[in-house]
Amino acid sequence: MQAIDTTWVLVSAALVLFMTPGLALFYGGMVRSKNVLAIMMNNYVAIGAVSVLWAVVAGSLAFGQDAGGGIIGNLSLAGLTGLGRHLAGFVHVGASPMSILVFQMMFAVITAALISGGTVDRIKFTSFVVFICIWLLVVYAPLAHWVFSPQGWLAKQGVLDFAGGTVVEINSGFSTLAIVLVLGRRRGWSNEGMAPHSVPLSLFGVGILWFGWFGFNAGSALGMNGVAVSAFVNTQLAAAAALLSWIVFERVRESYPTTLGAASGAVAGMVAITPCAGFVAPMAAVVIGLVAGVACAMAVRMKFKLGYDDSLDVLGVHGVGGLVGMVLLGLFATKSIDPSGANGLFTGGGLHLLGVECMAAVVTVAFSFAMSWLVAKAVDMTIGLRVSPEAEFTGLDLTQHAESAYSLGGMGRIGN
Amino acid sequence: MKLVIAVVKPFRLDDVKRALESIGVKGMTLTEAQGFGRQRGHSEVYRGAEYTIDFVPKIRMEIAVADEQVDEVVDAVVGAARTGTIGDGKVWVQPLDTLVRVRTGERGADAL
Repeated sequence: MQAIDTTWVLVSAALVLFMTPGLALFYGGMVRSKNVLAIMMNNYVAIGAVSVLWAVVAGSLAFGQDAGGGIIGNLSLAGLTGLGRHLAGFVHVGASPMSILVFQMMFAVITAALISGGTVDRIKFTSFVVFICIWLLVVYAPLAHWVFSPQGWLAKQGVLDFAGGTVVEINSGFSTLAIVLVLGRRRGWSNEGMAPHSVPLSLFGVGILWFGWFGFNAGSALGMNGVAVSAFVNTQLAAAAALLSWIVFERVRESYPTTLGAASGAVAGMVAITPCAGFVAPMAAVVIGLVAGVACAMAVRMKFKLGYDDSLDVLGVHGVGGLVGMVLLGLFATKSIDPSGANGLFTGGGLHLLGVECMAAVVTVAFSFAMSWLVAKAVDMTIGLRVSPEAEFTGLDLTQHAESAYSLGGMGRIGN
Repeated sequence: MKLVIAVVKPFRLDDVKRALESIGVKGMTLTEAQGFGRQRGHSEVYRGAEYTIDFVPKIRMEIAVADEQVDEVVDAVVGAARTGTIGDGKVWVQPLDTLVRVRTGERGADAL
């Protein structure tokens, strides 16, 4: 165990935690002013609920000793006890097992928080909490075990996923699509104006996401080494390239390069580089970013034609960006960056890697969508996912939380 | 007494205020307003979704004036607010029954 590796993983864990408040600002700016607190609350409550549940049991389901077949971990680490010298399968990793578990806790937090982006303006607060708690146990934890644990069945197939192109990105995208289909669209969508109430808030949120993403990707090296440096550099390059390609796409297609487009492009680039970060060369990261910016810019325009109200484009940015990253990793991965990785189609590795990356992507799409749909349906049939039409009209800030984001001040009095 | 109400383009505000001061108008009340006339609105694009915004930001000014000064004030506002393009705004005049200066209790034209 190396102190420097543990240090880096702990710093990265804090960086990844900071992404969720960043996401709250990003999302908060994109909704109407009557729903801004509700969406931010759903991000913050994910920090609360997922952190505790992860420590109690979900972390063990993901990273505990394999219970058989690479499907799920056992309960040996429940309550963050019984950690020993290494997590199961992580023999050559320098960071301490506890540091890795708390780092991974932050991944689970933000993945749950991401889902809230599809559900804005209409989901009942308690139902969202119940959904993400069940989802964490039956969707996130198994997927994390399959991909992130060296004992997982997908990892054993040789699937490469550096920081969660499947577990975080494709998973959040398709889980969101599932809950959105059960929840239904917002009243008045897509004729009524539902424009962002504060684009500056969103831009600042993306700045925080960008900052935190260095921990997310470079921290996933689980040590302070050359792979971490590559992941750091690639994160920056892909984000920058996608920012550019998204606004070029807008400029060509709709005449105006928009600020929200630039911010969304940066996110799309970071999503796509997530699975690739420690496995590809810097110029490959630029190409991955360029492709992701255009692909996601096109994807967020699909929902109007297909008619699903993925309100803040979790599927369009994270689902599609994650798919782009997994496929391009099959083309660009190179052992010259991480010798323990693999070579892709363009780097002399043939079709094998591309095949397993596509397989993992398809498995994740199917599993995330199907399981999340079942969980959403179960919650809907028991306690109901959606607020009343009147509450939806009034806004969730007042009806779910008895607060207003913006008030003139000095109004009202305390008590009755 | 009359109440002159003018809805003008925000960027003309400084010129209108200067024109009114130059003819001796001592006070006015402003509100940031939104509205549309023939100008209609504009469109905004968020992630490819185009929104038609019907209401355009305007400044609404209210100026209480003595009867004999009404034409001069209206001309000053119109002259300073005009750009010659669509959306320059409107000015209208209403009768004003009572006016009280809160500090002194003065009433009518004395309170102007």
